[in-house]
Amino acid sequence: MSTETIDLKTKLVTDFYAKEAVMNGEASSAFHQKKRAALARFDQLGFPTPKNEEWKYSNVRDLISESYNFNAASSLEVADLEDLNIPEHVANILYFVNGHYSPELSNIVSSSDQITIDSLQNAYRNNPTLVNTYFDELVKDDTDAFTALNTAFAHDGLFIHIPDNQTVEHPVILRFVSDARTQNVGSQPRNIIAVGRNAHVKVAEAFRTLGPERSFTNVVTEIHMDKDSGVEYYKVQNESEKAYHVGTTQIRMLDNSQFYAGTVTLNGHFTRNNLNIIIDGEHCEAHMYGLYFPDGTQHVDNHTVADHRKPNSQSNELYKGILRDRAKGVFNGKIFVRPDAQKTNAFQSCKNIVLSTDATMYTKPQLEIFADDVKCSHGTTTGQIDEEALFYMRSRGISKPEAMSLLMFAFCADVVSQIKIDSIREYLEGVIAEKLTEK
Amino acid sequence: MLSINELRASIEGKEILKGINLNIKPGEVHAIMGPNGSGKSTLASVLAGREEYEVTTGSVLFQGKNLLEMAAEERAAEGIFLAFQYPVEIPGVTTINFLKTAVNEIRKYRGESPLDAAQFLKMVREKAKLVSMNDSLLKRALNEGFSGGEKKRNEIFQMAVLEPKLAILDETDSGLDIDALRIVAEGVNSLRSPDRSAIVVTHYQRLLDYIVPDYVHVLYKGRIVKSGTKELAFELEEKGYDWIKAEVEAVS
Repeated sequence: MSTETIDLKTKLVTDFYAKEAVMNGEASSAFHQKKRAALARFDQLGFPTPKNEEWKYSNVRDLISESYNFNAASSLEVADLEDLNIPEHVANILYFVNGHYSPELSNIVSSSDQITIDSLQNAYRNNPTLVNTYFDELVKDDTDAFTALNTAFAHDGLFIHIPDNQTVEHPVILRFVSDARTQNVGSQPRNIIAVGRNAHVKVAEAFRTLGPERSFTNVVTEIHMDKDSGVEYYKVQNESEKAYHVGTTQIRMLDNSQFYAGTVTLNGHFTRNNLNIIIDGEHCEAHMYGLYFPDGTQHVDNHTVADHRKPNSQSNELYKGILRDRAKGVFNGKIFVRPDAQKTNAFQSCKNIVLSTDATMYTKPQLEIFADDVKCSHGTTTGQIDEEALFYMRSRGISKPEAMSLLMFAFCADVVSQIKIDSIREYLEGVIAEKLTEK
Repeated sequence: MLSINELRASIEGKEILKGINLNIKPGEVHAIMGPNGSGKSTLASVLAGREEYEVTTGSVLFQGKNLLEMAAEERAAEGIFLAFQYPVEIPGVTTINFLKTAVNEIRKYRGESPLDAAQFLKMVREKAKLVSMNDSLLKRALNEGFSGGEKKRNEIFQMAVLEPKLAILDETDSGLDIDALRIVAEGVNSLRSPDRSAIVVTHYQRLLDYIVPDYVHVLYKGRIVKSGTKELAFELEEKGYDWIKAEVEAVS
């Protein structure tokens, strides 16, 4: 086939203009103009290579070596979801299959007259002005090619708008399912979470794959936090051995807001998570927790940014990983303290257990501090299981594999305990315990 | 119960135990004394199955079975317990959860059904009382932030729960004040029975005021150079170890 000689980038750019050519008046909308600008940015940047410092240890050559159907239909039914479900208490659940919102599978319980929780497509249809107020605003200057690509092709995802002083009682759970049972599939969900003054919400994104073919997910989530607001945000990745995942979550915080993030990567062939927090207010608190368990030839890369732009705020970060076999892990944590951000407290820690001599962990803390009255600390450790602790447990009759599991589970406990949505924490405890059981 | 013959062991190519012979019958308490660096803790470690030590020659039979062929966890399941000189802190694992896993793994090894939560808790509470162990410590991470005395008490508490056939106390008295020492010793004594034995490794005689041994052995340069009854311990307390060293040097 002649199309095989066309690379993924060229194909995507061509697709964009082909679609644009058949758009009616919508092509001139502000919304589309943003996408157009993003496509131009993507075209100029191209997919990153290891020469790009931000992608030094994460090579996407393999990811872009094949093509993906970004418009794949799916026959996914409720019965197919059994294995993919996180057992739930009461929650707003939105399903996205191959990137498309599935109203049949979804269930929104929060009252719509106060709070908007909907698919991005529906929200845009109902109120284009509101959506456009937030869309792309946090990432328009992003120099990441994948983010630009997502903006250019953004068609569906989550849209939440919470007016001032409202609290969304039930968590909002997004389930992204890649149905790769018959073909390589691609999806580019775009989520927007706009939280009003003194408004609060808990959101979780869960990613799963079905089937033996490849999946490529390129997700972007923009979180706008007004003064005094609170957001808990979790990302749980439990995808297949042929799943490629690139994601960016971009947050902007104003005065007195509190943000918690938990990013847990259980499975997936290639995973790159960018978590970028702009702390643009005073007395803010930003917490970032992460866990990853790559084995086989899996690759997990977490890039985080805490950008302190105003005084008197704090950020706190703890990432932990257990690597086996020939797995590769990357952690890059940036802390910026701008000249105005006096009295900043910023802490960062990344701890890893490497169980195999063939597994590799690259850690890079990066602190750029331009204010003089700040408290910052960072530390990374990479080691093996504590042999003395192992012997202690074995000397009490606990078998070596059981002792290893207990020690590894304990290692993860201070991150898992930070997950405040009970159903997700309980689910993770079960899955992690199973994952840490010696095979 | 335990029969050690011509046991030699080394670590990183350096020989520490140079031919140990020791026989322990059911119900007996043997004290192993000796100056620093004589190999006391090495003997305790080798018996418990610490893998850094290489046994070069000799044999150890425990209740007729070849102990040296067993992994540490199998030895524990067979009834050997080592009270550590330096108990390990394990953040994230509660004492209670740790012990429940240990008890049920041992029961599995012995072909017994696991204890349910209620049975286990009842048993644990009784044993905690035995060593005056505060219940609140059970819910905390294993040994994390425990004082020296609490750690040693936790060792004896674990011993009470696991009910070993042969307990090996490795310098359990080190770092304890006299009150803590007495509580620990009372715990050990309450477990004494005609079918249980103990090896008490100590540098000082004072622990033996509370745990009275049937036999006392002096370990020096990797060998048992003198054996006797509890009177030997008093003699050592009075005269120190130099006269024994002199005796050994004179013979060799």
